[in-house]
Amino acid sequence: MTEFLAMGGYAQYVWPTYGLTLIVVVINVVAARRRLRSVREALALKAARERRRRSQA
Amino acid sequence: MRITLPTWFHKLASPPHFYRFARLLGPWLLWVSLLLMLIGAWGGLFLAPPDYQQGDGFRIIYVHVPSAYLSTMIYAVMATAAAIGLIWRIKLAHAVAAAAAPVGAWFTFLALVTGALWGKPMWGTYWEWDPRLTSELILLFLYFGYMSLRSAFDDQSRADRASAVLALVGVVNLPIIHYSVIWWSSIHQGPTISKLDAPSITTDMLWPLLVMILAYTLFFAAVLLQRVRAEVLDRERHARWVQELLAGPEGEVR
Repeated sequence: MTEFLAMGGYAQYVWPTYGLTLIVVVINVVAARRRLRSVREALALKAARERRRRSQA
Repeated sequence: MRITLPTWFHKLASPPHFYRFARLLGPWLLWVSLLLMLIGAWGGLFLAPPDYQQGDGFRIIYVHVPSAYLSTMIYAVMATAAAIGLIWRIKLAHAVAAAAAPVGAWFTFLALVTGALWGKPMWGTYWEWDPRLTSELILLFLYFGYMSLRSAFDDQSRADRASAVLALVGVVNLPIIHYSVIWWSSIHQGPTISKLDAPSITTDMLWPLLVMILAYTLFFAAVLLQRVRAEVLDRERHARWVQELLAGPEGEVR
């Protein structure tokens, strides 16, 4: 296991590349979800406002 | 000459159809791509033998090459979508181009940083103003330019057209990136797997790389679908189909 983690002396280069890849993957998933959610929430908010206005009129 | 597009294309290009299609397909693509990434990383880190010159340092290839490939592939998708949007005035195509840009920028960044971390032990430097490295950096700036040009317009259709022209002009950079290691003397190594007749890599080193390339491609597709859904909802907020979704029992778009 220690030998595997040492990556034949290249640990300080190999592991950061895999770690950074994981981070970029996670960021892309989260950012895409957030963007969709924020558009949905903005639409829902607008729709709710419209409904209220209509019920008052 | 007049080129027409097939009917299925127009059907898929209609925003409500595409929205439903993306909602159905997106989550599946994401899980399959993440599973393939794990398989590829397992194969690349555990199963592939160490390289005879680079030892275990070569294992960076499994995250570097797929991200570098994706950085140019996404640009090609973005520019193609932008061209379709300009020529056939298909609004969905512009939404696809806009959605692709941030993902492309992230993977270009990843290609540059993983490349730097590979360059240090093998070339003795993180960075060199080398043709391959420089043209990849220009790609990152093209994505940034594309995104900032989009956000500079209030009017959606003007942003679509202006940014599409920029995306198309930037296409000249793609062959430069691809052939840079052949045209100029570069410290970057030449192609490894595209020489299909005689790939300079053994099978147990090759399959994790191919799995990773497939995984990254599907991952891009999954993220793109989700981002296009957001783009489409935002652009079509006054359209009847969005209003119908909003008028549903939940009063919410799913």
